[in-house]
Amino acid sequence: MTDIDPFANVPHEPGAPKKDPIVIADHVQRRFGGLTAVDVDHFEVQRHAITALIGPNGAGKSTFFNLLTGFDKPQKGEWQFNGNSMKGVSPAKVARAGKVRTFQLTKALNRMTVIENMRLGAADQRGENIFAAFIPTLWRQREIDITERAHGLLHRFQLFEKKDDFAGSLSGGQRKLLEMARALMSEPEMVMLDEPMAGVNPALTESLLEHIVKLKNEGVSVLFVEHDMHMVRRISDWVVVMAEGRIIAEGPPDSVMLNPQVQEAYLGVHHDTDLSEESSS
Amino acid sequence: MGDLLIDVAREAFTPTTAAFALAAVGLNFHFGLTGLLNMGQAGFMLLGMYGYAITVREGGPIWLAIIVALVVAMVFGVILGWPTLKLRGDYLAIVTIAAAEMVRYLGRSQNFNSLTGASTGIRGNEFKGSFEALSPFPDRMVDVGPFALHGTRSTSWWLVVVGWALVAIFTLIFWRLSKSPWGRVLKGIREDEDAVRSLGKNVYSYKMQALVIGGAVGAVSGVIWALGASVQPDSMGRPTTFWVWTLLLLGGAATIFGPVLGSILFWCSLVLIKGLAAMWIPDTVLSQQQLQPFSLLLVGVTLMLLVIFRPQGVLGDKRELAFND
Repeated sequence: MTDIDPFANVPHEPGAPKKDPIVIADHVQRRFGGLTAVDVDHFEVQRHAITALIGPNGAGKSTFFNLLTGFDKPQKGEWQFNGNSMKGVSPAKVARAGKVRTFQLTKALNRMTVIENMRLGAADQRGENIFAAFIPTLWRQREIDITERAHGLLHRFQLFEKKDDFAGSLSGGQRKLLEMARALMSEPEMVMLDEPMAGVNPALTESLLEHIVKLKNEGVSVLFVEHDMHMVRRISDWVVVMAEGRIIAEGPPDSVMLNPQVQEAYLGVHHDTDLSEESSS
Repeated sequence: MGDLLIDVAREAFTPTTAAFALAAVGLNFHFGLTGLLNMGQAGFMLLGMYGYAITVREGGPIWLAIIVALVVAMVFGVILGWPTLKLRGDYLAIVTIAAAEMVRYLGRSQNFNSLTGASTGIRGNEFKGSFEALSPFPDRMVDVGPFALHGTRSTSWWLVVVGWALVAIFTLIFWRLSKSPWGRVLKGIREDEDAVRSLGKNVYSYKMQALVIGGAVGAVSGVIWALGASVQPDSMGRPTTFWVWTLLLLGGAATIFGPVLGSILFWCSLVLIKGLAAMWIPDTVLSQQQLQPFSLLLVGVTLMLLVIFRPQGVLGDKRELAFND
């Protein structure tokens, strides 16, 4: 936490307004036939903080994630990022606006090398224009800068030795790291991590957590979907709980799990499991 | 036996081999780089043929004819890609194979007889003249080593030189683009579209660019083919597309020289198999007319073995691109 807790006067209730929201969503509704997957009245994400989005399976977390990043379109609703409406904006433009996401099922580009994966994440490479591609002098300097940044990130994520290996040869956890590092190539203002811990072995979990906290310290806003309650408790500043498509509770990690509605939502689904052992599968 | 070897060697550089190498370079933009399953490359080739032959026949200069051939194929690419590139890859395969057949059927329909010559097509002497007039070679048979070709007409040394020069140019273009950041985006799309989208790239636009460029190279290949033979819609049916696929996979998709090597290997082995079969298999077992289908059958078996045992092709890196992955 910073010296002044940005959540100091934020009420512990669904849809609570934040001091300095980076994401605001209103009346977002996504239906699949008769099923309402997401029905969120109001939602705000605090800037420069780590916000966790949790909830039982089928709560609509991933769908909501897809809506916020342009990968899915809702039937109705308004949402904005950094004050700009993101309604109907394509995933690519959302990313270019500074909000980059990762995926629950890791999308490392397997038959490309680690370093090529990283370079692809960079923004403003003129050589990605087909006409400029013919004239290397237009993009070679940018390529050098990109590669330098990629090397820095790979060092930080302990992937530097693997830089010339095909991404497909990495372990599941390393691919998660690669995906996160790649998302950082464009220096985003916000990263959205969809189950960053899914399928990662415990040894790597620790370093992943550290990386996420480091992101916050560098001024990146983080929103992540997660099942693992240990992780949520350890690193998040604020927790938003979804169940059956709606936000049912918000609050700091310690108190939100004591909320009777949250316990009901979880216990209704897994009434005999310890929440702290909740696994991603 | 010696004659057969000369025939095989000649096959390595004929204009047909160059035309197929070009068509495969185009397909390499689609499939090798971007992962687009274009099953209608013959359609692009046929449009290129019509574009060139009709323009010249109506009195247009060669440069205009080439531009028309390119533009027609590119417009075709946009029309094909516009509705289908938003969908998953398999749909493009279905649409392209159907669209290529539509081009062929429209071309051979009687309604367009005055334009396309219907199923007879456009005879060579209606459009080859202006190209052959540019030939620096003599207007007679010319021997180069053991190979005898006409200097100027149809399958000529002139067309060999132009055809392979174009293969070199487009291979160079492929090399430049595939090693650029642009090519990197395409490879990313081949691996996972959504990942590339999440990194801020307009996937639809890149797929369209790949489809259009590859189709344009296909059109050039059609022009070379037509200059060596004639415009015949039925020669641009599904088998042509499948041969282009075969030789691309044979050489190695996503490699720089895969299309060239694949085309040479494919056509040379076809001639070799046909020649050997004619030598060793008695007439009573397989007649002359049955040799062609028999050797194609062997090529089909070869392709199956290739996909099973060496899916990356002769030049490919198995880790980078395997057909069955």
